[in-house]
Amino acid sequence: MNKLIATLLLLGISGAVVAAEKTAKGSTADAPSAGISAPPSATQTGVGPFNRLLKKPKQLNLPPMEDGIHDPANEGTAMLQPPAEVLADWQPRRTAGNGVNWVEALRQGKINPRYERTDPDAVPIVMDLNIHRPVRSAMPDVIFPHKQHTEWLDCSNCHPAIFIPQKGANQISMSAILLGQKCGVCHGKVAFPITLTECKRCHSKEKDTPYKDPVPTAAAAKTTARP
Amino acid sequence: MKVEKYLHIVCLAMAAAIGYFAVLPAAHAEYGDVVINNYADKRGMRPVVFPHWFHRVRFRCKVCHADLGFKFKAGGNEIDMAKIIDGKFCGACHNGEIAWSVENCNMCHSGIPGTPTQIHESTQQKLVDRVNELNKARQLEAGK
Repeated sequence: MNKLIATLLLLGISGAVVAAEKTAKGSTADAPSAGISAPPSATQTGVGPFNRLLKKPKQLNLPPMEDGIHDPANEGTAMLQPPAEVLADWQPRRTAGNGVNWVEALRQGKINPRYERTDPDAVPIVMDLNIHRPVRSAMPDVIFPHKQHTEWLDCSNCHPAIFIPQKGANQISMSAILLGQKCGVCHGKVAFPITLTECKRCHSKEKDTPYKDPVPTAAAAKTTARP
Repeated sequence: MKVEKYLHIVCLAMAAAIGYFAVLPAAHAEYGDVVINNYADKRGMRPVVFPHWFHRVRFRCKVCHADLGFKFKAGGNEIDMAKIIDGKFCGACHNGEIAWSVENCNMCHSGIPGTPTQIHESTQQKLVDRVNELNKARQLEAGK
């Protein structure tokens, strides 16, 4: 009996919290079904939260008053320009990042950001050199375009601290990028992020010969076999 | 008792839902917004929110990250008002000549108090920081 009372009490508290959550979100679903249909947290299931954490945001370009980072009680917040005022009608829209393609915006002349702090007419030093990086998996190879990068950046931003300017000297992996190294110093922070919609912006060159998984030799199979 | 068994399942599901919402706070600021809170909280100011998008429309990355010496690291430049008034970092433009001057305190110092230094919506934040949070929560739960 005690157990039942404790259970009911817990249920009551959970119900109240879920109901509060519901009101905050303005959802129309009733409380119990909202509770059940919500995905279980990784702490409950022990499942790796990787993919779940990289899902795309539901809403892009929220105004500062509603974005959860700016303090709505601060007078200055109301004076800030909402990003949608500027970015919302840039085409084509993207589903990730700022919801826009910055390189395309530059190409279309929607913006002409200064290259020198005080000189609006300074012209960027653009280098047009593609670097082909073969990828050892079924993913298409990477073509790194210097052109798009030098339109925004200076050589010294990347070389030599992030990338050694020498063929074959830089080992790059998606793990490193996701953790904020190599390309990830910008991509995934400010430049377009790593999401399932953006892969082919870098992995853009189909392989000349279709990729085949390496056939494991008997010796290799022995060393990698699980006990 | 069948009803009791069912209630337990509902409770578990609800606890899971609460855990989910508690661990994942709802902030959807613009991609690339940088919260800088090296000193602000300690000195009684709101943390700074730097809108990357707004500056990107006006300046190429090179201007700040090569010419003005901003490192590619949130909070890594240890900027304080003395440096800004001295014309360094933000102060190179926010001096009343290129952009508005430092008297507009609360246009930069506009973050919710207590928000830690971060690049908002970065993969690092979504993966590393959140996994750390989840692990911490898991450890707390295991410790109970």
